Amino acid sequence: MSCQKMETRILAYVDGGLREGERAEVEKHLEDCAACRLRANEFRAVGDLLDELPMIEPSGAFNARVHALIAAEPEKRSSWLAWLTPAPRIAFVASLLLVATVWLGSQQAPPPQIAETDLPVVENADYDVISSFAPLSDLSQAQSDDDDNDVPQQQPQQM
Amino acid sequence: MTTTRSDVQLMLDVKAGDQQSFELLLQRYRMPLVNFLYRMVRSREQAEDLAQEVFLRVYRAREDYEPSAKFTTWLFRIATNLALNSLRDHRYQKLEISMDAPIVADAEDGDERPMEVADEHPDIEQHLVEEARKKMIRHAIEKLPEKQRAAVLLHKYQELDYSEISKILRCSESALKSLLFRAYETLRVELAPLVASSVKH
Repeated sequence: MSCQKMETRILAYVDGGLREGERAEVEKHLEDCAACRLRANEFRAVGDLLDELPMIEPSGAFNARVHALIAAEPEKRSSWLAWLTPAPRIAFVASLLLVATVWLGSQQAPPPQIAETDLPVVENADYDVISSFAPLSDLSQAQSDDDDNDVPQQQPQQM
Repeated sequence: MTTTRSDVQLMLDVKAGDQQSFELLLQRYRMPLVNFLYRMVRSREQAEDLAQEVFLRVYRAREDYEPSAKFTTWLFRIATNLALNSLRDHRYQKLEISMDAPIVADAEDGDERPMEVADEHPDIEQHLVEEARKKMIRHAIEKLPEKQRAAVLLHKYQELDYSEISKILRCSESALKSLLFRAYETLRVELAPLVASSVKH
């Protein structure tokens, strides 16, 4: 066994916590290694020193204070009632989600839809507008005869 | 014939609504908990507050208690977490204070007087030597990094096995062994004068 492997075994050896096989291995190493032997003895000495520290007694009011803390605890509801009543945090989050959903719904109302049946009316209205231009109806013949000519500029008329 | 109920049995009885079993657990563990926490946080008052908090948490958790681990593993895990959190908070507090106010005096040994009676030591000089020795040991433990300190205290004073301590500290057993090795290496250096005299004898 190497000195490095001893590191994880030496304290257990000192405490008497090693199994028979491991203990024999450690003891064999200690016979040959003065440094580890010294360390084992010093670890044992440290353990003995730690034992010298006195224990302290809890104060006389210790138990009374524990009892007071427990008495101040809110009583638990019976299980079926607790099941019916949601926890305050869950209830709060659920309410928040509901409000957010309603608010978002009101903010993102769909744009008014144009019914397809309206479209022909618009087209017809254009035709009506165009046909209502008296000068245009006068020039319709000339336009069809001469395709290369630009449409003469016309001032829009008031309906 | 009286039989001693196991911790797990007591806790299961507490779960079933038996207050008397809680009292027995309180009686059984108040001393180990207060001493463990005292050596962790270095203040008697704070150690008692934390130990009371441990019992409160045990009581609160009674209805959900399942004996999946040893009771002491669960109990000391709560205590260790509370101690480490308290040390962390205390460190921040100290930092804030040190930025505002000058440090007046070193209050390290403020309330750390062990319960001993001077009459037991007629030889005052001998008594002072013993006190200095204990102070040195206490300081050596206090100087250990928090996790190493917890490992040493749980191993040495609570006599928990490696498997339990590793569960409490949430590390592997090999990591724990290495943690303890480093802690003992530090302790044997810090306590060198005492160690040397005891090895010679």
